[in-house]
Amino acid sequence: MGATIVEKIFSGRCGGTISAGDVVMAPVDGAMIHDITGPLAIQKFYEMGGDRVFDPRRIIMLFDHQVPADSIEAAKNHVYMRKFAAEQDIHNYDVCEGVCHQVVMENGHAAPGEIIVGADSHTCMYGAAGAFATGIGSTDMGFVLKFGALYFRVPESIKAEVTGKFQPRVGAKDLILSIAADIGADGATYKAIEFCGDTIRNLAMPGRMTCCNMAIEMGAKAGIVAPDAITWEYLKSRRQMKPIALASDPDASYSERRSYDVRRLEPQVATPHNVDQGVPVGKVAGTPVNQVFIGSCTNGRFEDFAEAAEVLGDRKFSDKVRVIVIPSSRDEYLKILRAGLIEKFVTAGALVEAPSCGPCMGGSFGLLAPGEVSLSTSNRNFRGRQGSTEAFVYLCSPATAAASAVAGEITDPREV
Amino acid sequence: MRVWKFGDDIDTDAIIPGRFLTIYDEKELAKHAFEGTRDDFSKLAKDGDVIVAGRNFGCGSSREHAPLALKGAGVRYIVAQSFARIFFRNSINVGLLPLVCPDTGAIRDGSFIVVMEREGKIVVDGKEYRIEPVPEFMYNIVEAAGLVGYAKQLKEVLVCTKSRR
Repeated sequence: MGATIVEKIFSGRCGGTISAGDVVMAPVDGAMIHDITGPLAIQKFYEMGGDRVFDPRRIIMLFDHQVPADSIEAAKNHVYMRKFAAEQDIHNYDVCEGVCHQVVMENGHAAPGEIIVGADSHTCMYGAAGAFATGIGSTDMGFVLKFGALYFRVPESIKAEVTGKFQPRVGAKDLILSIAADIGADGATYKAIEFCGDTIRNLAMPGRMTCCNMAIEMGAKAGIVAPDAITWEYLKSRRQMKPIALASDPDASYSERRSYDVRRLEPQVATPHNVDQGVPVGKVAGTPVNQVFIGSCTNGRFEDFAEAAEVLGDRKFSDKVRVIVIPSSRDEYLKILRAGLIEKFVTAGALVEAPSCGPCMGGSFGLLAPGEVSLSTSNRNFRGRQGSTEAFVYLCSPATAAASAVAGEITDPREV
Repeated sequence: MRVWKFGDDIDTDAIIPGRFLTIYDEKELAKHAFEGTRDDFSKLAKDGDVIVAGRNFGCGSSREHAPLALKGAGVRYIVAQSFARIFFRNSINVGLLPLVCPDTGAIRDGSFIVVMEREGKIVVDGKEYRIEPVPEFMYNIVEAAGLVGYAKQLKEVLVCTKSRR
């Protein structure tokens, strides 16, 4: 019997043959903490009798949820974390670099075959780099900071095979929203989702990141794409590492196989208040929106803004809509700045903020009042996610967000 | 002990909204548990009360503030048809026992519940419901008042040790 890529990663890091269902104390290659979950992780590290972290070079610290500090409490948390970083000799990206997951990817902190944990549920995004990456809580992270290892139940995998070429203005976000609607909010609980097929092989890194990022929205422990030429090209300038062969065996055992053909896939919108409530955009077209957010770890990269800008053209955003544009990192910010997109968005009436989680944090800024509607390129539309529990959040692609921001209501990007 | 009944897909944003995540004290967090979605909970929940829910309880964010807020409110057990993975781990790690019960559907809010996890059952208004057995290592962690107490007992971690579940 062959092995899945996830089983191979655990076997590679632990030695021997490790299969789905095994519970292993596995070494951790990288651990990420941010300003929301980090302070508690540090506190737990000390409560566990921690003195020095297992390896400061393997710990990534940054601030993204409340930056620059939006309250005195947030500022105090930042001070606490900076002090820890200085004492433990941990590199701290601090408030200026961007959203944790983007920063981890950009700086080559995740690579094929590695086991990475992050104190944030969207850590599964690093599966785009061929790593096994999963979100954990602060106490688990305290344990990791101390011991450099953690118990894992090695997950079964769902094989999601995607074939076909996308229609114009349809892409990775529409795909993952449609997969979430198909698998359901808990359909992949405790499993890994392995994305494969010719559509994925032809998908550039940003799209792969979008897909893996949202694996958690189906309850998955990880999302993963087997590394190929696109992965190694991305990592070339970010990580000194010779390419390795890493892929599931043809006779690997999967808990489930699902096939998706994207040739007729329409732009998707996840309706309130669950991510698996995705429908073709036509079903909700005409819904008035008060706020449009283009950004987040899911869709805050250059390619996402280029897509939004292409749809926008020379038009202005509707004066009925607040359009909030937030690049996911400083690097992405510079790219869109140099390409003239910032000027284009600002001229069209958008508000451009510095890299951060923005409204998706639901407590920092860009919050919604009761009854308001937000259309967002982020990953969650839970009740209260972006402010009032009586507000409504819809999720979509950057193209749909831009088309809707122009029209003032949810709009099919293929029709503008 | 009172049942607080919830439905399917109760997410961590509902359990503790994002704007309270600068708080780490469980009693303070408890004041905001389910704020905006179930406001009577934080006012009326008492020590020993039990949350009973449907599928996928605790989905969403990795925020440990969620199980902490429930623990701070006095909850010791959560009984659900299924749990989201990170929340499940976080609950055990903070000393809160998540119990899986396949048929919570008929259990009504406000019922009287007795949890007998060692016997593999809960009794709600006199009626027994089967719960899935709790693995021994979970008891070990919960009884050490969470992973912190458990980790303190550990002299070293044997990396790459494997045990089949």
